[in-house]
Amino acid sequence: MEGLTLSDAEQKYYSDLFSYCDIESTKKVVVNGRVLELFRAAQLPNDVVLQIMELCGATRLGYFGRSQFYIALKLVAVAQSGFPLRVESINTVKDLPLPRFVASKNEQESRHAASYSSDSENQGSYSGVIPPPPGRGQVKKGSISHDTVQPRASADQQEPASPIVSPQQSPPTSPHTWRKHNRHSSGGNSERPLAGPGPFWSPFGEAQSGSSAGDAVWSGHSPPPPQENWVSFADTPPTSSLLTMHPASVQDQTTVRTVASATTANEIRRQSSSYDDPWKITDEQRQYYINQFKTIQPDLNGFIPGSAAKEFFTKSKLPILELSHIWELSDFDKDGALTLDEFCAAFHLVVARKNGYDLPEKLPESLMPKLIDLEDAADVGDQPGEVGYSGSPAEAPPSKSPSMPSLNQTWPELNQSSEQWETFSERSSSSQTLTQFDSNIAPADPDTAIVHPVPIRMTPSKIHMQEMELKRTSSDHTNPTSPLLVKPSDLSEENKINSAVKFASGNTVADGYSSSDSFTSDPEQIGSNVTRQRSHSGTSPDNTAPPPPPPRPQPSHSRSSSLDMNRTFTVTTGQQQAGVVAQPPAVPPRPQPSQASGPVVHRPVDADGLMTHTSTSPQQIPEQPNFADFSQFEVLAASNVNEEQDNEAEKHAEVLPVEKASDPASSLRVAKADSKTEEKAAASVPANVSKGTAPLAPPPKPVRRRLKSEDELRPDVDEHTQKTGVLAAVLASQPSIPRSVGKDKKAIQASIRRNKETNTVLARLNSELQQQLKDVLEERISLEVQLEQLRPFSHL
Amino acid sequence: MAVCIAVIAKENYPLYIRSTPMENELKFHYMVHTSLDVVDEKISAMGKALVDQRELYLGLLYPTEDYKVYGYVTNSKVKFVMVVDSSNTALRDNEIRSMFRKLHNSYTDVMCNPFYNPGDRIQSRVFDNMVTSMMIQVC
Repeated sequence: MEGLTLSDAEQKYYSDLFSYCDIESTKKVVVNGRVLELFRAAQLPNDVVLQIMELCGATRLGYFGRSQFYIALKLVAVAQSGFPLRVESINTVKDLPLPRFVASKNEQESRHAASYSSDSENQGSYSGVIPPPPGRGQVKKGSISHDTVQPRASADQQEPASPIVSPQQSPPTSPHTWRKHNRHSSGGNSERPLAGPGPFWSPFGEAQSGSSAGDAVWSGHSPPPPQENWVSFADTPPTSSLLTMHPASVQDQTTVRTVASATTANEIRRQSSSYDDPWKITDEQRQYYINQFKTIQPDLNGFIPGSAAKEFFTKSKLPILELSHIWELSDFDKDGALTLDEFCAAFHLVVARKNGYDLPEKLPESLMPKLIDLEDAADVGDQPGEVGYSGSPAEAPPSKSPSMPSLNQTWPELNQSSEQWETFSERSSSSQTLTQFDSNIAPADPDTAIVHPVPIRMTPSKIHMQEMELKRTSSDHTNPTSPLLVKPSDLSEENKINSAVKFASGNTVADGYSSSDSFTSDPEQIGSNVTRQRSHSGTSPDNTAPPPPPPRPQPSHSRSSSLDMNRTFTVTTGQQQAGVVAQPPAVPPRPQPSQASGPVVHRPVDADGLMTHTSTSPQQIPEQPNFADFSQFEVLAASNVNEEQDNEAEKHAEVLPVEKASDPASSLRVAKADSKTEEKAAASVPANVSKGTAPLAPPPKPVRRRLKSEDELRPDVDEHTQKTGVLAAVLASQPSIPRSVGKDKKAIQASIRRNKETNTVLARLNSELQQQLKDVLEERISLEVQLEQLRPFSHL
Repeated sequence: MAVCIAVIAKENYPLYIRSTPMENELKFHYMVHTSLDVVDEKISAMGKALVDQRELYLGLLYPTEDYKVYGYVTNSKVKFVMVVDSSNTALRDNEIRSMFRKLHNSYTDVMCNPFYNPGDRIQSRVFDNMVTSMMIQVC
């Protein structure tokens, strides 16, 4: 600001005044109300005061900083000395006397003391209203003094010249009535300057006084109070204190003063005794309000629409601006209508205003709609914030009412605003988090999930069949069982011979073994030779000889199926029966198969027929005569499924399991059928022979064997008869075993090759699916981004 | 954080204009006035059909070396113009948006007041307080 040089005396004086005005002890900013009172006390014309304030920069700043305050004081001195007010005059005018305030220095100290004490009195603000130093004899003064008689009645004599009614007429009436009212009013608001609403409509003059100097000066709405000497009532506690101090300074109307002081004393006493809320509504007042409410809205629970309220309150002849402010204060829920509580609050505020009270910046707690039970009338101090200035004083109320920050009217606003803030920020951040989140999720499970779909159904494909065969052959390799070994070789041959479908089935079966994971449908089967059966039931011939334990191989295959297979295989040669016995336990999860094995067995012909024709799983069954019956069951089931014969690459895995099922099924069937090892063996041979008619060579063999075995199973007697046949078959197969041994390596290699091919196919499939997954995720992310871009529209 | 906030009516006369106490208020007034052209330009650029989808927040209208001017228009063509200090780099777009949102809410509250005649200058103390809260930090 402008440079300011102060003499020592001035410095001290100014700092005293500053601290006096600095009721909040902020040391930086003074309450405007106090400042204005001070200026009023300077006995300068209002416009001069205005000018001073503009010059010091407070108008621009909106508050009185220390520098502004000092400048203002200096300007007051300048003005009081009669010098023209200029910014330069601050420093140019030499030897300026200290600014004189009606509240002379001796008052300052007392003011200090009183201010603090009166602050505690809260209410005392108005009760302590003492006739302000009338100062110059101004017409309005008279009215003011009258008003001061009723401390509560007229809070502000600054504008006795109310635009509406001359204060001279009204004040006397209301104060008297009010005083009576006060005297008789029961406890509580005795201090209330707000008498019955009735008389309020008349004392318009008082209403004007309500506008604080701050309002007048800063807002410029209401005419500046003509009285410069009058201490503004804007700050209730401070004014009260000030006013209490003023009695000494009252020059005129001493009588009035005495009267006022008397009343004041009473009031002070009363107030000191009770810490009442100056804004509390008495019962009588409330009743009056309710009656008024009923005239507009008969239903007490209903609302008064804004327009009706506007008309009603316009009758009070308050300036529209103030009515607007009252509305803002009282319409708590901002719905444009007034409930009974809101209406009472509004009415009360109007009455207060009429009586000269300044409108608070925030709705007093006692006037708030009874949403919150508020007994704490601690901080009536928020009243002081009523200076209309929106600068620091606005912050005063909140600081002064720490105990009920939530009750302030701004609370809902703050909440709303905070919600706005939060929602906005949340929105912006959530969107980001969303996207990030999505990106994070992306890599998670989908991979595994996508990989899995492969399994299932089946349609064995050639490759799979081959792989299955490979696996089987490899497994065979491990198995000493010659018949098994033979099988792979046979299978391999059969594979080559068989139709593509059969091959596929076989491969799929093999693949199924390898990707046992995907083989969800029949995990147990994989575990056991049953899988083979299933695959076998697939169209493709079961190239993978049942003998070769399923591709034991893959680590993914945690199934001990291969082990079982091995076990079974190892057993098959020798004790086929034992193997058979072993089989059933190996596949616990599959009670059905075992049970179904029965029926399956019983329909060996049909099943086998189907198998032979449809199933592709090679039945190296002769080597596995011990397979549990359920394998047959599975073969049956698989066969039904396998009929589909999908050769799609994606379904290789599906096929595999099927094939596996078919193979083991067939093998199991065969095994089961061959309850008697030898018989089975024998049967297998004849089965093979009998099945020579099978269109497919490979399948025929195992199928034949199976059938044979089944046949043997059924008729014991037949078995006997067939024993020889079986034996012969076994014998026949036996020699083949050694042959298979020789061909083992080739078969194994072939099976390995096939397995590898299956692996590569699956790997390729996997990568393709992963790629698809990534693409889909990217699309999703882009869509979400678009969605969020569009979102702002919906929110705005 | 804003240096100047103005509310312009549909007919492009100011309903409310307030600047933080700096020497040249007139400069801000002029900036707001010129920014109205930019606002109109942005509104018209949207096209008639896009009125509904038009975003209320217009964003940075134009930057000067010292200040940045942001705009916001309501559906009733009431414009909010905010001038912020360029040195205030901490101000993010989101914050500007939220400030406009607060402005809009307060303006709506003012409008809802039955004692307020549309077209009058906004003299609500609550509105003033809210604007002050957005501006006072500078001091």
